[in-house]
Amino acid sequence: MMAEELKAGCARPTGGLVGQPVPSPSEPISTTQKEERAMIQVGKPAPDFVSPAYHKGAFTNVKLSDHLGKWVVLCFYPGDFTFV
Amino acid sequence: MSVDSVFVHKMWNDHEISKMVKGGVPYPMLSDGGGKVGTAYGVYGEDAGVENRGRFIIDPDGVIQGYEVLTPPVGRHVGETLRQIQAFQLVRASKGTEATPSGWKPGRMTLKPGPDLVGKVWEVWKTDMAAD
Repeated sequence: MMAEELKAGCARPTGGLVGQPVPSPSEPISTTQKEERAMIQVGKPAPDFVSPAYHKGAFTNVKLSDHLGKWVVLCFYPGDFTFV
Repeated sequence: MSVDSVFVHKMWNDHEISKMVKGGVPYPMLSDGGGKVGTAYGVYGEDAGVENRGRFIIDPDGVIQGYEVLTPPVGRHVGETLRQIQAFQLVRASKGTEATPSGWKPGRMTLKPGPDLVGKVWEVWKTDMAAD
């Protein structure tokens, strides 16, 4: 479940989707592609991603597909220091 | 998951949440700077630059079984999420032979969909079971 712990540093790590093509600047994303990408449907696979995380005192990375075989609740919220 | 950095997650956990929950947040607090993941899940609000309150139940095969998305001012009911997970787990364990009618909670009767049930739900399921 836990990936490697990250070294502390000044860089602000970011994550992103796994297995999604990165559009080149010469090929801007069309509106249709954008809409397709945002399509979420029950009964369909959850988009895979890797995200930096804070977990029990450590900075780490979390990949959704590492959790296959378990039930997962993925919860989004507007911001820290607000209610959930 | 929110657009906050992991450093802010640490501050929130260490200085506020750990005062409400012993030991702090037990699960990973994910960071989605830029909202790339939130955009893929349809919950990122570009105007405010933050994620809406989206909650996705993902099964052991990586398939989304249910989701709920609320605008920021209204909070969620965690008990309802747990109830839904219990229902999905029951259905999965039954390999789809059982279904959980409206208002189902653990211990309550399930339905066995099939030709014999058509037109007979009213005999076993009552409307007052829907909302208590």
